[in-house]
Amino acid sequence: MIDSFVGIINEISKYIIPFLLVGIPFYGLAFKKVKVYESFVEGAKDGFTIAVRIIPYLVAILVAIGMFRASGALDLLLDFLSPVLSFIGFPPENLPLALMRPLSGSGSLGLLTDLVNQHGADSLIAKIGATMFGSTETTFYVLAVYFGSVGIRKTRHAIMAGLFADAVGIISAVYVCRFFFE
Amino acid sequence: MLNYIWFGMMLIGVVVGALTGNIDAVTEAAIDMAKVAVNLAIGLIGIMALWLGIMKIAEESGLIRIIAKGLRPITIRLFPDVPEDHPAIGSIVLNMSANILGLGNAATPLGLKAMEELQELNPNKETATNAMAMFLALNTSSVQLILPATVVALMGSLSSQIFITTIVATTMSSIAAVVAVKFLEKRKRFSIVNRGDV
Repeated sequence: MIDSFVGIINEISKYIIPFLLVGIPFYGLAFKKVKVYESFVEGAKDGFTIAVRIIPYLVAILVAIGMFRASGALDLLLDFLSPVLSFIGFPPENLPLALMRPLSGSGSLGLLTDLVNQHGADSLIAKIGATMFGSTETTFYVLAVYFGSVGIRKTRHAIMAGLFADAVGIISAVYVCRFFFE
Repeated sequence: MLNYIWFGMMLIGVVVGALTGNIDAVTEAAIDMAKVAVNLAIGLIGIMALWLGIMKIAEESGLIRIIAKGLRPITIRLFPDVPEDHPAIGSIVLNMSANILGLGNAATPLGLKAMEELQELNPNKETATNAMAMFLALNTSSVQLILPATVVALMGSLSSQIFITTIVATTMSSIAAVVAVKFLEKRKRFSIVNRGDV
């Protein structure tokens, strides 16, 4: 039952973008007499300026993340944290992914692929990993892009709240999966 | 806070890199990532233009106002500082919808549009408002109903099991985001006027 439910949702999701691309101009043209082509071009103009505006923010964040990752500091942190985490029922195998997730999308996808290949999609570790991946975001990237696009430099409590939400998502992933699959 | 995190990551990178003999890799990563950042931003131009164009049509035909009005009971609690009929509410709602539906490509342009509109309400142009912090935290907590395509590809038929656990975990993280923002925005060290906050 659940299988077909997810199948239906995934099937519907294929049509969402085409529907929006046609449906929104249709509504404007048919009901409100909007000059859709001219409006589109007018709005699309901003795409370039916004993309260019976020470059400095993205460079700053990604360079720092890249240096941190390349140094092997994550492995050190891992050795240090593993015993504590095993104690609270957090599989140490999932820790690299948990630490990588807020930093890098491609990096954490690589780690998830690794977990699935090594332990099998059927394993608790892979299921926890996939749940972690799906329930959190690359916080630093989102921060750089969103705040960068409008030139916000003082981010106040945003980053602490974002990281707290990530931590809750990651810990929930572990315990929810253990509850369902163990 | 970002100042410390940013510098801290680079400092740790250099110190640990030197101790573990990975210093070459650290240098290379710095140079590579600077390029990656530019490529990512440039790669956004097309998709940004597409969704911002469609958004403009939605705006001029009044669709955004209709959607924003419908969800006002929820948004007024999350974003009490944003006036009822402000266009930012419409963009925020659309960005959230795109996130829930797993449309990452559409979510970013809509989110940036929302940020631009929130910035209009911001008296200190370099400092984040409460509404911005709430919006960002909700985005990073990744409210979503449809699994990322990459996860489905990796997990195959087991995706159905992950579907439920992901919804539970992501709901928890979104609740945590809202609670954290509401709690932290009143703390003195995060207040807008606090010049000492780095």
